[in-house]
Amino acid sequence: MIWQLDLIIMVLVIAAGIGAISVKDNLGAAILFGAYSFLMCLLWAIMGAVDVAFTEASVGAGVSTVFFVAAVFRTTRRTKD
Amino acid sequence: MRIFGLLTVLLCGGLLIYHTADFPAWGDPASPASTHLSPYYIEHSIDDTMVPNLVTAVLADYRSYDTMFETVVVFAAGIACFFLLRAAKSKTPESMLYRHIPTGITLRIEKGSKTPPDSADFERIDSVWVPYDLIIKITCRLLVPFIQLFALYVVAHGHHSPGGGFQGGVIFGAALILFALTHNLSNSLKRINEKTSALFAASGVLVYAGTGILCLLLGANFLDYSALAPLLGGDPKMAHSHGILIVEIGVAIAVMAVMVWIYYNLASRGRHDEGL
Repeated sequence: MIWQLDLIIMVLVIAAGIGAISVKDNLGAAILFGAYSFLMCLLWAIMGAVDVAFTEASVGAGVSTVFFVAAVFRTTRRTKD
Repeated sequence: MRIFGLLTVLLCGGLLIYHTADFPAWGDPASPASTHLSPYYIEHSIDDTMVPNLVTAVLADYRSYDTMFETVVVFAAGIACFFLLRAAKSKTPESMLYRHIPTGITLRIEKGSKTPPDSADFERIDSVWVPYDLIIKITCRLLVPFIQLFALYVVAHGHHSPGGGFQGGVIFGAALILFALTHNLSNSLKRINEKTSALFAASGVLVYAGTGILCLLLGANFLDYSALAPLLGGDPKMAHSHGILIVEIGVAIAVMAVMVWIYYNLASRGRHDEGL
């Protein structure tokens, strides 16, 4: 495990997570959540849990982003708060 | 009220972070999980199940009961989306868009007017008008079979490499969703309609639970695959390996169908007429 790489990904995970809950645009939040899932997938792969990383990449970064975008498309892009 | 919520979140988060300090370090060989649990799986799983991938052996054999209910949870998610979103009666929209395929002209037809005949020349398109893009359509149509083939590989090769029913099923579902995104929703409903996806979702769970019941009928414990040895041929250890494959195929069918079903309901507001 390379700690520099680990640190960079960890910082990006936290940045993507905070961005996903604080951004006003719902579509942006969905995309940031996809980025968060992908970075988590990298983190799992670094830790050696390849099966979990695979699931995270296909479910978290793949299909659930499509579901979020579909839900945003059929509701509204702006949040109330 | 907001400050109260913030304080609660900060307190809970702080307590959680404080107590993670008591956890064993990552990859610590002296932690309870590494001294009591893991050695058994590492030493015995290849003798018990003939599956080189430890994760698959634990997931679909030692803790198969848990995985069965994970599949049921995925199925329940599909059912929940169906009951929450599906509109019982599809309202006729204000206007519909049709494309005349030979000329590429788009026709807008008001409510109550005569609709074009259901022929190969006319194609209903979504009311949020997107330009006809040949490159995207052809590229994705070429890509979809390869993604599906990879998904089948992931399901079938879960014994030896990372993968298995959940991942393979999601990738297969993603390929079908890619088709629905690039072509119309109605186009993909023609290939896999709602009834088929619901049937597949239920039959995937049935394959899993049915394997367990079959083991029970053959005189072993629920989901003890060694009872399947007389049916599958070979010794009880190989039967474990084959039983895992059967169960993984059931998971893959259920997950694939549920993903497509949720997409249909989400993308069309439950009306199943127009997608994204």
